[in-house]
Amino acid sequence: MSSLCRDCLSTDLADDASACPQCGCARLVSHPELHSLFIAHIDCDSFYASVEKRDNPDLIEKPVLVGGRKRGVVMAACYLARKYGVHSAMPMFKALKACPDAVVIQPDMKKYRRIGQKIREIMREVTPQLEPISIDEAFLDLTGTERLHGGSAARTLARLAANIHTAHGITVTVGLSHNKFLAKLASGLNKPHGFTVIGVEETIPFLAKQEVSRIWGVGKVFQRRLETDGITTIAQLQEYDGTELVRRYGEIGGRLARLSRGEDSRKVTPGGGRKSLSSETTFREDLSDPDKLKRILWWQAEKVSAGVKKEGIGGRTITLKLKTSRFRTLTRSRTLPHPTQLAEVIYAGAAPLLEKETNGTEYRLLGVGLSDFLPADHCDPIDLADPDAKKRKQLESVVDALREKFGTDAIGKGRRLEGSS
Amino acid sequence: MQFTIERSTLLRSLNHVQGVVERRTTIPILSNVLLQANGGKLGLTATDMDLAIIEGVAAEVAQDGSTTVPAHTLYDIVRKLPEGSQVEVRSGGEQGQLEIRSGRSKLSLTTLPSEDFPVMSDGDLPHSFTLPAEVLRRLIDRTRFAMSTEETRYYLNGLYFHVADSDGMAVLRIVATDGHRLARVEVPLPDGASGMPGVIVPRKAVGEIYKLIEEVEGDIEVALSETKIRFSFGDAVLTSKLIDGTFPDYDRVIPFGNDKTLEVKRTEFVKAVDLVSTISTEKSRAIKLSLDDGNLVLTATSPEAGSAREELDVDYNAGPLEIGFNSKYLLDITQQIDGNDAKFQLSDGASPTLVQDMGDTSALYVLMPMRV
Repeated sequence: MSSLCRDCLSTDLADDASACPQCGCARLVSHPELHSLFIAHIDCDSFYASVEKRDNPDLIEKPVLVGGRKRGVVMAACYLARKYGVHSAMPMFKALKACPDAVVIQPDMKKYRRIGQKIREIMREVTPQLEPISIDEAFLDLTGTERLHGGSAARTLARLAANIHTAHGITVTVGLSHNKFLAKLASGLNKPHGFTVIGVEETIPFLAKQEVSRIWGVGKVFQRRLETDGITTIAQLQEYDGTELVRRYGEIGGRLARLSRGEDSRKVTPGGGRKSLSSETTFREDLSDPDKLKRILWWQAEKVSAGVKKEGIGGRTITLKLKTSRFRTLTRSRTLPHPTQLAEVIYAGAAPLLEKETNGTEYRLLGVGLSDFLPADHCDPIDLADPDAKKRKQLESVVDALREKFGTDAIGKGRRLEGSS
Repeated sequence: MQFTIERSTLLRSLNHVQGVVERRTTIPILSNVLLQANGGKLGLTATDMDLAIIEGVAAEVAQDGSTTVPAHTLYDIVRKLPEGSQVEVRSGGEQGQLEIRSGRSKLSLTTLPSEDFPVMSDGDLPHSFTLPAEVLRRLIDRTRFAMSTEETRYYLNGLYFHVADSDGMAVLRIVATDGHRLARVEVPLPDGASGMPGVIVPRKAVGEIYKLIEEVEGDIEVALSETKIRFSFGDAVLTSKLIDGTFPDYDRVIPFGNDKTLEVKRTEFVKAVDLVSTISTEKSRAIKLSLDDGNLVLTATSPEAGSAREELDVDYNAGPLEIGFNSKYLLDITQQIDGNDAKFQLSDGASPTLVQDMGDTSALYVLMPMRV
């Protein structure tokens, strides 16, 4: 049995220890495979509500609901509120009936996004193999990081959880296992502030005890269908072979067969396995003016850049798409020496492609896309042949920071404006 | 036209000029070499319109005249003739063919009229200076590997010759970079070079001039304008157009401030890199350097080939540091260092590294690390 103290990160613990001999705390996690698992799912605990409590300490002792006041739904409920049976996605009036003392707070998405980004940045320091699923949860693949971080993935994750808490006052729950499906399942088992491990050995017996609804992709409707077929637990699914399930339920049957045995070969991919990201505009009236088209291209480059930055990826291939007034589609692409995240680089790569096509032809659509992705830390490296690259990168991150604070229109290049070229 | 020439002389000259001739060209006469026999001399000229080489060699000329024949074919023929033989060349045969005889061999080549052969004008070349052939060879040796082949950054596809100030001394400096590595070498400014514009000599011209002066001793005369450069010596002249572009302001990327110094025995280091890189993947050629006080460990792993590790005692005491490099780039640079010791100045695993010859400050190299 391997153990780890989640507070002081000590791994020097007796098998039956109930508290850490180093720091005295009882927040221990023990598992035979603790130090040989690498795929994690991290979920911020009742994220929106936690952010609000953090920003207003008066709320700490009170049940807090984030969501629209009258006709809205609960977007997040703190763990105090959940004791009353409130959960997210519940209509607000019902939630308030169950928990009349709850403080309802209007959501401030901008703030949540900003903090979510910050948390994501801390996660990315641990590994570039980070796949954000939403604003407050992500998969991490820590394979091969033991030497870098001087300890097992479990230890790195415990430290990461503590760092997020210290830096942003938000607690997270960690699920650690050998694939994405089980990591996510693990984090759902013990919230908040949990750290749950599912090892290879226990995978099948562990899943056997769970309900079918635990399987990703099994919603209420499908669950009812399985129930009419007499299937309620994963153990029952484990008894069927794959072909039988596929025959009965089609494509999802195959997934049921695999996941019920804890098999999930999906990789943790920055950008969520995204192949390309693009921005397209269909014009109200056809355009042929190169300056107007280039101005639109710049807007699109900024949009694509913002998109890839958000996902922590960058692309090597720039593709320009044009559709003529006669509905003929043209695509032109070029590959860069390095992957990029920068609007400036995307624009500089796409503009010459556009220039070659602006020969008086009327276009009804213009788009620019980025593909061939790599994690952000591979992007825009120092280029010895381009001394200004570093400055441009810094400038763009300043612009991004200002926009984060004051909105997209707060600052921009003159290129965005009419009459500029 | 009729002349007799020693096979080896003709072969060497054809070897020099045929490199200029593109294998695929849409203008037929550009596949040809211009032969001009005139008073005891044979002139050979080849051009691709951007670059021209004219070389003169001694020949026994029986009748003056000129013609053009396919360069690669003529080269192949002469190459296959027996060593030490004499080659007899005569034009004006049937249908204007060029007749080549040697011993009992006889070959005929179709010709195109010499009047149609394009002449590359030199124009006015206001700046000129001389460099010993050996010096020019070394300058090229130490920089050419860093030239870029990336077509979109055409201004990197050559060597940047320019006048610079090196610690108060005027120098002729040559720089090449492909964005991943940079080579900068310099020599005291030759007479006549001050006031010359900075020019980018295309990679093809660099390769051809290098080939041309490979066995030459003595001075090479260099003359240039903003658009053309001419290298000449003895009976040979190479003229090339220059790349019309702006070379980047490379000074700003040279990391003079790097504070971690590593000194290695050059031959030992080259051997270690060479050995370890055998394992690194074909695609990335990455090797990792793990430094600690007095010690350097070089490692490479590849999922297909296995792993390699080599350890060296080195002069280093700036604490642990890990950095990855493309092993080919590392070899390119360290193999160009003449002295026994190479000095690396590092900052961290993600920043450019400065490499120099301990005993020679006239050359410096900058190398970008890669992720390992």
